[in-house]
Amino acid sequence: MHDDHHHHDHDHDHDHSELSPMDARVRALETILVEKGYVDPAALDVLIETYETKVGPHNGARVVAKAWADPAYHARLLKDATSAIGELGFVGRQGEHMVAVENTSGTHNMVVCTLCSCYPWPVLGLPPVWYKSAPYRAKAVRDPRGVLADFGVTLPAGKEIKVWDSTAEVRYLVLPERPAGTEGWDEARLATLVTRDSMIGTGLASAPEAVA
Amino acid sequence: MSGAAYVNHADLGGRLGLGNVEPEANEPWFHADWEKRALALTLAMGATGAWTIDQSRAAREQQPGYLGMSYYEVWTGGMERLLADRGLVTAADTAAGHAVDPAKPLPRKLLAENVPATLARGGPTGRETGEAQRFHVGDRVRTVEMPEQIGHTRLPRYVRGKTGTVVLTHGAHVFADSSAAGTGEAPQWLYTVRFSAHDLFGPEADPSVSVSVDAWDSYLMPA
Repeated sequence: MHDDHHHHDHDHDHDHSELSPMDARVRALETILVEKGYVDPAALDVLIETYETKVGPHNGARVVAKAWADPAYHARLLKDATSAIGELGFVGRQGEHMVAVENTSGTHNMVVCTLCSCYPWPVLGLPPVWYKSAPYRAKAVRDPRGVLADFGVTLPAGKEIKVWDSTAEVRYLVLPERPAGTEGWDEARLATLVTRDSMIGTGLASAPEAVA
Repeated sequence: MSGAAYVNHADLGGRLGLGNVEPEANEPWFHADWEKRALALTLAMGATGAWTIDQSRAAREQQPGYLGMSYYEVWTGGMERLLADRGLVTAADTAAGHAVDPAKPLPRKLLAENVPATLARGGPTGRETGEAQRFHVGDRVRTVEMPEQIGHTRLPRYVRGKTGTVVLTHGAHVFADSSAAGTGEAPQWLYTVRFSAHDLFGPEADPSVSVSVDAWDSYLMPA
């Protein structure tokens, strides 16, 4: 076990000679699956690198910024989100069947998966812990205003809230409202206002003064 | 899927008393190195074709300790269960911490050079079905009631026996309940159905709130 430990070159030093139970359990599992020939250890590294460095909410931010800046793209996104998002190269696993839902002055959208952790990976990356947590999954459908309060967000009292529970393989992307005071901004600049949470519906796009 | 009662510990929508949401500022992608390995092993084993995504969800949600587990613990435990059920990893392998028993053949193996193409392809679930589309946008529909321990299903408890309105149609998709049970893809029409919070949670619910689920044809009847 100690030899195996030192084959992994991360930052554990002499202060951490004991593996956590989960660390030991997953390492043993990896050892077995590699020895059986079921998995290619190099593929594991590529998978991790992909989701640590390539895929993330910066992808979704490009989609939103383009929809804000380009009326024709906006129309395509709302009509066939899978194809419109695919135009930017964001395709594949957990984004095979995309639907974009648009926030307006009268409507706010919020996305949840009450049964597990379904989330649009190609545009947002891996979901945050809170999205997969029991409190969010329980509360989002019953009390979305309470969820927004947990995020420090207050909506006007009369604003309609549509919650989308992703119970099949359809994945939802919220198109947040474009902040005021951004007239004439190009897509790259607009994208700096688009937060991950604004594309889930637990937040709003940043105000221009917040990123200035 | 033996004779033991099926208990889904993951159907959390609308449950009370689970606390407030606690966002983490500047959350990292992973909170420990083992989480990276657990993610990668889950994806790599999923790509072998040893089980369907619906079977993996079923394995995860049946874990009795579900609510006390982190999500990557849920994934790891689910994968261990799938591997054991199929004899892909034996008790002797696990006890030794190494492959002791011979490997079983699997349909595919994900090689490093194929990772980008495999992720880009994903696992689309749209299928053809000979069945006619039963519902259209604007139709009022009622969801079925189900026994508590029916096996893996994607109709959450909070939305069973409720009346709502079809707001989107998605064509036919692999039916998750059948895919999880190992009885084939059995594609059905898939709809998004929206319900008022009032109809789901009672008269005290926020009148400005509505909730949709994605529901297969057999979950629905005309209202």
